[in-house]
Amino acid sequence: MKSYHANEKGYYGEFGGAFIPEMLYPNCEELRQNYLKIMAEPSFKEEFDQLLKDYVGRPTPLYFAERLSNKYGTKIYLKREDLCHTGAHKVNNTIGQILMAKRLGKNRIIAETGAGQHGVATATVCALMGIECVVYMGEIDIARQAPNVARMKMLGAEVRPALSGSRTLKDATNEAIRDWINNPVDTHYIIGSVVGPHPYPDMVARFQSVISEEIKWQLKEKEGRENPDYVVACVGGGSNAAGAYYHYLDEPEVGIIAVEAAGKGIDTGESAATSALGKVGIIHGSKTLLMQTPDGQITEPYSISAGLDYPGVGPMHAHLFTSKRGEFISITDDDAMQAGLELCKLEGIIPAIETSHALAIFDQKQFKKDDVVVINLSGRGDKDLQNFIDYFKL
Amino acid sequence: MNRIQSKLQENKKLLSIYFTAGYPKIEDTLPVLQHLQKSGVDMVEIGLPFSDPLADGPTIQESSTAALRNGMTTEKLFEQLKNVRDTITLPLIIMGYFNPVLQYGVEAFCKKCNEIGIDGLILPDLPLDVYVEEYEATFKKYGLLNMFLITPQTSDERIRQIDNSSEGFIYMVSSASTTGAKSGFGQEQESYFNRIAEMKLKSPQIVGFGISNKETFNAATKSTKGAIIGSAFIKQLTANGTEKIADFVNSIKN
Ligand SMILES: Cc1ncc(COP(=O)(O)O)c(C=O)c1O
Repeated sequence: MKSYHANEKGYYGEFGGAFIPEMLYPNCEELRQNYLKIMAEPSFKEEFDQLLKDYVGRPTPLYFAERLSNKYGTKIYLKREDLCHTGAHKVNNTIGQILMAKRLGKNRIIAETGAGQHGVATATVCALMGIECVVYMGEIDIARQAPNVARMKMLGAEVRPALSGSRTLKDATNEAIRDWINNPVDTHYIIGSVVGPHPYPDMVARFQSVISEEIKWQLKEKEGRENPDYVVACVGGGSNAAGAYYHYLDEPEVGIIAVEAAGKGIDTGESAATSALGKVGIIHGSKTLLMQTPDGQITEPYSISAGLDYPGVGPMHAHLFTSKRGEFISITDDDAMQAGLELCKLEGIIPAIETSHALAIFDQKQFKKDDVVVINLSGRGDKDLQNFIDYFKL
Repeated sequence: MNRIQSKLQENKKLLSIYFTAGYPKIEDTLPVLQHLQKSGVDMVEIGLPFSDPLADGPTIQESSTAALRNGMTTEKLFEQLKNVRDTITLPLIIMGYFNPVLQYGVEAFCKKCNEIGIDGLILPDLPLDVYVEEYEATFKKYGLLNMFLITPQTSDERIRQIDNSSEGFIYMVSSASTTGAKSGFGQEQESYFNRIAEMKLKSPQIVGFGISNKETFNAATKSTKGAIIGSAFIKQLTANGTEKIADFVNSIKN
């Protein structure tokens, strides 16, 4: 049977692999040889599950959104990752990776961050474990995400500005990778999404797969069946989406919908809709779809949401797109902001702007009355308050 | 025989220089090559600039960004090098990241290199296994050598594999670092250099990263075939333009 999971070399179809300079080979190889073994250890599983339960607050609810469902004439469930400790799904991955790092004997953690959500989630688990933490963040993002910078500092992390290139997420990722090259022995790099060289996309997807694992039994309780008709998620690098799709990837009756940020519109030159605008190439050690010039220089994306402002997409999603297993929809800044506000008004939930993109699909996609549509509510909107205030002149 | 291979057979320590194409000014590529040849370097790596040079420190990053801003492209580089063999007899290597090559088309890129008279490529993020499975035949068809990197962390087993797939030199990265990050060699380098010397590899080794002057050049080449200077050369280009290239090269060689 065709599988949409990674093969043992880390390829999803033609995408993935490890296109890394030799300096990174030992680091990635150590991880590659150990990650599945470590994740399968009973003591690892036990510690991971315990922390997800007692510290993160899992399982997160699967909530039937009645008023939203009535408005759009279909059955909408929200998977409440916004209720995770630190406010988004990102922490599922950082808990997993900090436990991995400890078992690999690492005593220093580095991470990249765009909006600061992954940086906060990494700083959090480093505080929890008493491990040194350095977070790279583009100089421009530091200026526009001040509250998260403060959070990371309060949690004891050092925030280092990425001063190279366009000084945003992709450059922060470059700086983190350079740090890893310079510190290959004692340091573990906690990457924040299903991107980067093998085994990162598969490892991060496995840590996030708890999302669809829970959806399965929760939906069974509520609807008498494990499989929804559709599972919907926003895609930046693609980690919340990978987690929400994971146990449904090889279930063909479950429709997979990926929502990307169109920014000001796909044809405006200010967009982050990688599936529409990207071509096959190499970014951060992975062969995938990415936005680039005809000459192969990586271009700067744009989205109102910092978490979707990435010029590539994880190799799993590149494969879902080209194989047509997934349906890709792109949503503009304006439509996302309206959908976010609508969720506040209809359900009393303030979503992250990233997540708001996933909530905005109903104008583009019609569902049947008895379809069960699960939307992954990847994060809460507290971090975006200033954006909402500015946008709606609140 | 490929020019790199003939050069490696000469009975001397080789000085190789890396510079970024189209830097400091877009039309400097050929003049820099000519100055380098005149001042007696043995080999040159021409850097094809990339927007996201993962393995490079600030000096080469900045020169790449500047070159791209100057309007450097793959096509432009090939244009500049069209008649390079009218004046340049040195072995020439293009060094860059894999994505621009992939976009140009690997076969088209190799074909163009062959037409111009390029002797080899260094693409740090093209992994050994992918090269062997997908691209080795194409490189060979166009007479291009592919040079692989090793580092102090590379295992003996992998070094043997790399040695087997190498037909030019092995690029020995002197320490676990990005380019230009460290200067001077310590205990770690000495034991690394000794370890590699004792392996008696079939491929000659040329050391790169962290070589900036006569002292580090001599230390790096004690047990190897040669050394590559990149960041230090670019720093002097930034400071002096193309005028003082001979002085810089002389300060290493004499
Ligand atoms: C709430 C939220 N959702 C989604 C994302 C996008 O990341 P990914 O595509 O990896 O889930 C982010 C990233 O910062 C986020 O904070």
